[in-house]
Amino acid sequence: MAAPLETDVIIVGAGPIGLFAVFELGLLDLKAHLVDILDRPGGQCTELYPEKPIYDIPGLPIVTGQELSDRLMEQIKPFGAQFHLGQMASALTKLPDGRWKLSTDADIEIVAPVVVIAAGGGSFVPKRPPIAGIEAYEGKGVHYAVRKMDVFRDKNILIAGGGDSALDWTINLAPIAKSLTLVHHRDGFRAAQHSVNQMRELVEQGKIKFEVASVKGLHGADGTLEAVTLAGTDKQERRYECDAFLPFFGLTIKLGPIADFGLNLHENLIPVDTAKFESSTPGVFAIGDINAYAGKLKLILCGFHEAALMAQAAFHICRPNEKLRFQYTTSSSNLQKKLGVA
Amino acid sequence: MKIVATDRKGAEHIIEGRDGWTVMEILRDAGLPISAECGGACACATCHVYVEGGWYEKLSPPSEAEVDMLDMALAVEPNSRLSCQITCAPELDGIKVTIAPE
Repeated sequence: MAAPLETDVIIVGAGPIGLFAVFELGLLDLKAHLVDILDRPGGQCTELYPEKPIYDIPGLPIVTGQELSDRLMEQIKPFGAQFHLGQMASALTKLPDGRWKLSTDADIEIVAPVVVIAAGGGSFVPKRPPIAGIEAYEGKGVHYAVRKMDVFRDKNILIAGGGDSALDWTINLAPIAKSLTLVHHRDGFRAAQHSVNQMRELVEQGKIKFEVASVKGLHGADGTLEAVTLAGTDKQERRYECDAFLPFFGLTIKLGPIADFGLNLHENLIPVDTAKFESSTPGVFAIGDINAYAGKLKLILCGFHEAALMAQAAFHICRPNEKLRFQYTTSSSNLQKKLGVA
Repeated sequence: MKIVATDRKGAEHIIEGRDGWTVMEILRDAGLPISAECGGACACATCHVYVEGGWYEKLSPPSEAEVDMLDMALAVEPNSRLSCQITCAPELDGIKVTIAPE
């Protein structure tokens, strides 16, 4: 493992609130590293509703989730925050010198005096079909992603789902699979039309099969899959031999390892005070949807306010011997220099 | 109007609906475990319910966006709907829904 990275503030979550926190910290000359399990910034805004309009961002009468994320990235550009994307914040430990060490599942370690949890509802993780005992097969017979295609060479593959991932992997794995069947609950797909056409051609050529059916059970031992139970529109259950099952139903949000950070949690939320938005663990702050306080509203604009107050408190922890100079971007040439406009 | 909602443990809850609110909002307000991650934007499929007892047929059919989004739901059945897309109205008095597994 490489030497730990050192910074002022570690932000867990690169959604709109985590991004704006970079701005507020940056104005105070505090540097930030962000960690997010998604492979791009924006959090729920870009993952769940990139194309949907948001109407309650002050000063922006209408903005889509993607646009908001893009504008925030533009706004924080001068501050050179470092992003660690596509990795999960997996553990938080207190160091003897009082600072915090955050580890990720990509074996990166970041050390800082302040940690800001801006993780929304937690981590986006693949949706797990409600099939009894599926956990035991995960990583061996059941896969929610394809990391190395070769793993599936000469396998009898069953793919479930009707979105782009299901269709794309059906098309990509078809040439190397021993057999491949796609199942979906209807004969219709929300995937790109050209992918649907390509899949139907493969079916016509006899290279793959498509069935309107769903997976009801898994059979095998020690994580090795031998067969699944399929039920079609007639509800009749039957056994289907296969050794790899790939369900693609998109992502859902689970709190994940934050639950084990040793923070005080109340119904999966982190209680904070409303002056600093600090948790009951000194030096660890929580802003945005993941925090809880009297009167809390889960609105992006509230998270922005929380980020601003958090930054003031973070300054005093990171720079205990310095005086915080409160300035306005409109009038301060000092701030304008930081923003690269003066 | 009343909503008869069955939770994931099989317990039945009779909840007062409010005209103009979505069924998702009523279930969430009643503290039932419906995650509704996207907040009702028909963008996540985590407010998935089964509409039971003949009520499915009485609803206006799902929009194309809802049918598409149901492709991302787990354990979809012919009576699956997203509860954020069902609006409470007097004619739905007594509607029966079961919260889908997650």
